[in-house]
Amino acid sequence: MITVIKPVGEHAALVELTGAHGVYELHAALRQRPPAGMTELVPAARTILIGYDPARTSFARLASVVRELRPSGVATNAGRLVEIPVRYDGPDLDDVARCTGLGHDEVARRHAACEYVVAFCGFAPGFAYLGGGDPALRVPRRAVPRTRVPAGAVAVADEFSAVYPAESPGGWQVLGRTESRMWDLTRDPPALLAPGDRVRFAAVSR
Amino acid sequence: MIQIVRTGPLCTVQDRGRAGYAAIGVSPSGAADRRSLGLANRLVGNAETAACLEITLGGLALRARRAMTMALTGAPVPSTVDGRAVAMNSPFGLAAGALLVLGVPRAGLRTYLAVRGGIDVPEVLGSRSTDVLSGLGTAPLRSGTVLSVGRAGAGWPNVDVAPVPELPAEPVLRVLPGPRDDWFTGGAVRTLGCTPFDVTPDSNRVGIRLHGPVLERARHDELPSEGMVRGALQVPPDGRPMLFLADHPVTGGYPVIGVVVADDLPLAAQLRPGQRIRFRYAPGGR
Repeated sequence: MITVIKPVGEHAALVELTGAHGVYELHAALRQRPPAGMTELVPAARTILIGYDPARTSFARLASVVRELRPSGVATNAGRLVEIPVRYDGPDLDDVARCTGLGHDEVARRHAACEYVVAFCGFAPGFAYLGGGDPALRVPRRAVPRTRVPAGAVAVADEFSAVYPAESPGGWQVLGRTESRMWDLTRDPPALLAPGDRVRFAAVSR
Repeated sequence: MIQIVRTGPLCTVQDRGRAGYAAIGVSPSGAADRRSLGLANRLVGNAETAACLEITLGGLALRARRAMTMALTGAPVPSTVDGRAVAMNSPFGLAAGALLVLGVPRAGLRTYLAVRGGIDVPEVLGSRSTDVLSGLGTAPLRSGTVLSVGRAGAGWPNVDVAPVPELPAEPVLRVLPGPRDDWFTGGAVRTLGCTPFDVTPDSNRVGIRLHGPVLERARHDELPSEGMVRGALQVPPDGRPMLFLADHPVTGGYPVIGVVVADDLPLAAQLRPGQRIRFRYAPGGR
């Protein structure tokens, strides 16, 4: 259910929803019947950002069209299972262990024990937000984001886990590292993970 | 064909970018200063979609293998063709084998070079732009890189020179508040609109890191990741804002206190480290 729609600059509107399922339904409805003037759709945890062309529509008009959409219940697919090997030796393991009150080994064990689902993609090509993790491992982002997080870094923030597909700036807590490639332009499709896929992490040593 | 002889700190191929792929995590990218890109293309009679070179802090030198028409826009830079000075914002000819050399800009950061016919490198997801955050697109140019040039369109530009205003020394960027201005104190929101900020060297096509007064939060809980836009002023917990440019991440979990208006983004793209800037709230265009 839509709680509020806010303008973002002159070219976008941010739609806030009550939950992740609302995002999924509205996203599907917008893809099925795109409003006139829509240029971009960015689904995320609790929101959808809608880019628009101010020459073709306005914030008020777009907000009105979005509110009138009645998304029908959309079936979620049971996606394929992807296994990702991880070395749990990341630089933020200390902080996460301290913050959760668990030891290093317990943090790693709990992280690898869950089956995750790709909720949505964003942040970078191949960056998938994985939901369904252990609530005991829920930690905030770093207060000061890193200028460089390496490719393959396995990290957590809020209710999500993710694997950084390439070196980039980032504020998530890094638990470990994988050799798996999240994004590869020579592969078809280039992204390893798509919304709906299921993921398991497997701890490897060395 | 063009042969790169030498580059300055960064030279990439840019066009209008690859909008529409945010849902799979791909930034729109494209020229940081869209206005200068557009002008450069029009001056040589290219379609608006043609790709140019985006040259950061000058330093580029290249040779043309055949006679070509080119134009330079954006950060003004002293340039020569076989030693003869050429002007900014004006089409000029490069004979086969002639050497074009760019100096260092006196003001601004990014100069754009359009070649009649457009720079012809492979497209990725519908664009020739280089995205420095994700690495999509052709690698930044280096000494020895050879670039193809496309076929020119039929029209010729009817202009000798375009009058372009000088870049201001202390730019004022207009800002629309929100969407997360309610995550900050009233004092922080006011501070944004009246106190100067300095551009730090920790800036690139992804965004500009600013140093200035700490923008204090009214809420300290975590913001779920949400879609981000070009021009957004995103504020991490240390209170120092980041102004997003062309290669900004598609989503982010730090609140956005305001968004720079689109018309002022070309100014933002020309900011140099050490430069002082101010923000001014624009009347809301809701």
